[in-house]
Amino acid sequence: VSRADSAAAILWVGATFYALFGGADFGGGFWDLIAGDAKKGERPRALIQRSLTPVWEANHVWLIFILVILWTAFPPAFSAIFTTLYVPIALAAVGIVLRGAGFAFRKSVEGLEAQRAAGAAFALSSVLTPFFMGAVVGAIATGNVPADGNGDPFSSWLEPLPLLTGALFVASGAYLSAVFLVGDARRAGEDDLERYFVRRALAAAAVAGVAAAVGLIELHAEARYIFDRLIDQGLPLVILSVLCGLGLLVVLMRGGRRPLRPLAAGAVVAVIWGWGVAQFPYLLPTSLRIDQAAAPDPTLDVIFVVFGIAAVLVLPSLALLYTLTQKDLLEGEH
Amino acid sequence: VLALDPLPLAASASNLLAAREQMAFTLGFHIVLSCIGVALPAIILVANYIGLKKGDEDAIELARRWSKAMAVTFAVGAVTGTVLSFEFGLLWPEFMDRWGGVFGVAFAIEGIFFFIEAIFLAIYIYGWKRLGGWAHFWSGVPMVITGIGGAFSVVAANAWMNQPQGFTLNAAGKVVDTDPLKVLFNPATSYEVPHMLLAAYMVAAFLVASIYAVGMLKGRRDRLHRLGLLIPLTIGLIVTPIQLFVGDTAARAVADHQPAKFAGMECIQETGTHQTEWVGGICTDDGVKWGIGIPDLDSFLVGWSADTKVIGLNDIPVDERPPANTLLHLSFDAMVGIGTALLLLGVWVAVVWWKKRDIPQTPWFLRAVAISGAASVLALWCGWIVTEVGRQPWIVQGYMRTEEAVTEADGIWFSFGFVLLLYIGLGTIAIKVLRGMSRRWREGAAEPDGTPYAPPDEAAP
Repeated sequence: VSRADSAAAILWVGATFYALFGGADFGGGFWDLIAGDAKKGERPRALIQRSLTPVWEANHVWLIFILVILWTAFPPAFSAIFTTLYVPIALAAVGIVLRGAGFAFRKSVEGLEAQRAAGAAFALSSVLTPFFMGAVVGAIATGNVPADGNGDPFSSWLEPLPLLTGALFVASGAYLSAVFLVGDARRAGEDDLERYFVRRALAAAAVAGVAAAVGLIELHAEARYIFDRLIDQGLPLVILSVLCGLGLLVVLMRGGRRPLRPLAAGAVVAVIWGWGVAQFPYLLPTSLRIDQAAAPDPTLDVIFVVFGIAAVLVLPSLALLYTLTQKDLLEGEH
Repeated sequence: VLALDPLPLAASASNLLAAREQMAFTLGFHIVLSCIGVALPAIILVANYIGLKKGDEDAIELARRWSKAMAVTFAVGAVTGTVLSFEFGLLWPEFMDRWGGVFGVAFAIEGIFFFIEAIFLAIYIYGWKRLGGWAHFWSGVPMVITGIGGAFSVVAANAWMNQPQGFTLNAAGKVVDTDPLKVLFNPATSYEVPHMLLAAYMVAAFLVASIYAVGMLKGRRDRLHRLGLLIPLTIGLIVTPIQLFVGDTAARAVADHQPAKFAGMECIQETGTHQTEWVGGICTDDGVKWGIGIPDLDSFLVGWSADTKVIGLNDIPVDERPPANTLLHLSFDAMVGIGTALLLLGVWVAVVWWKKRDIPQTPWFLRAVAISGAASVLALWCGWIVTEVGRQPWIVQGYMRTEEAVTEADGIWFSFGFVLLLYIGLGTIAIKVLRGMSRRWREGAAEPDGTPYAPPDEAAP
């Protein structure tokens, strides 16, 4: 394994954490959006609020991590992606601002109307942001980003596969979030909310499963390189994802308690790494290989040191934060 | 749209201006929040420490309130900071393509600091009720350390743009080797980092102090207000003299390392000794008009002797001279002037304290403190104008011109206009939220509880 491949693996680790935790936070916004009017949606929204408040900013940092690793370790890829896909990227950036600000303000701004507006900004952008991020990833996988950048700003992502990937991002975030919220509702002893999110987890799982299946067909048509490797080298991971997804469905439908979160996470993680394996050795299929895009070795060495420090300092700190949150030692509302 | 444009060159020049304006605006917005993020934790922990050590309920209450305000500023800072990392690619793709592998290491390190800061900030802000006294206090300490580390990393990256080193180029100008330590510890790091760090402490401290000064001017002279003024003001006034010293060193280093920037900000037209120091005025091709000139002082400040030779713009190639020299000159003067005024504010406090063992509480003193927050923000912006506009036309001093770095994408003016509106809205709401908090605390009103926009008649259980 070369240095450049290791750096790419670190990029994928960041993407995995962001998909799991950032994705679930976006999903929380999705459930908030469709929770209905003020009265009907009060309790689900309260649970979402409590679950998200202490953790969303820390989870958001994984996105910064991905961007920084990408532009430091693979600067030409960063530049090519941003000069081609600047429309969905800029829309995602706007979504990030509206979502973060909306979430912070909706509790503390005065007046019901202002709170509603802030809440709507949070919830709506929680759906649009992952959609545009998914479109960016889908466009990369489709091979629409040329190595030199400056690809077509619209046709590069306004295609079935990128748009479908956007939908898949929204659905899998909603799925993860619903499963996490099942656990949170259970811990809070709110049985009806637990059932509420079990139903939603099942629905989201079905939608995500359909989107993934259609995606596979689209991959065959639009991104043959990825498809061929996905059903070859990537096959074990695809099977793992399907098994995790089916296992979770069984556990949920039988009202089982464990292991919900590992199964939900496993289904998503297997897809992300399956995509990585299928794309290898390309960063931008099929125009830019990982080794062609890599920065000089001393720079990559810094990435490894940073990753080592992150493993020693950041992951235990995150574990502490999640443990305190799960033990209800942090107030969801300040 | 580009194909219809009869003058592609003009389009790119227009992009350059739009991209620079957007970058300046979003950076100027974010940097105030990052100053608060870097320095407010330390101010909060001082109050928290006093509260725990002396059993001072007022000090604890201040720490609690400030941390709630910080929850809002940190959220807005986190998203506006994210926008900046997007803008690197959206506005300056060629800069990233060519140099990302060099200065990126500073941001990779910053990522770690930001992560830990976000985690412990959450633990501290939301841990007031259920984590006990000292354990809670210690959960806040990582915020202070990571704030300093984060500021170091980001400013080291900027310092590198001013004093690039630590890389090898091949014949085609492509980076083929790097030396990350040289990148991080480039010559400008040694003065830019402390200068910005101290600026962050001044901005946060004087902003908090000014809020309580306004309250006291409105007749709220209770102990909470006096303490709320005293703690940050003391920190700000301790930092100020150190900052003037560091800033003075920085100016001399700029004269040495970036003579074009120095000549622009001091409006020096002709290289020579016995340069006059001009205060205020307008910079023209013939030197400063309508300013106050002090003979020989500029040469003296650069090299402790009137015989010190200072390079003028005549020795800088025309296409490498910084633009907007009047802006640079006045920004530099405003920054130094505000710093000096804040130093005098400290002398005022020291004299009164020495005589009366109390801080001055006359209306004029409180008025001075009340404007110190806005003044320090203005000085911060002026300093960054000098650094960034003064480096133009370079994005990487001597290696890449800003016009080479800018995106070819369409719609940058539209994007700038949109961001302008978005941020004005964001800033307005953030200030409204903070003022609302302050009013609720003052009136002892309850926090909005339960779920956002829950039905008002059925309170949450």
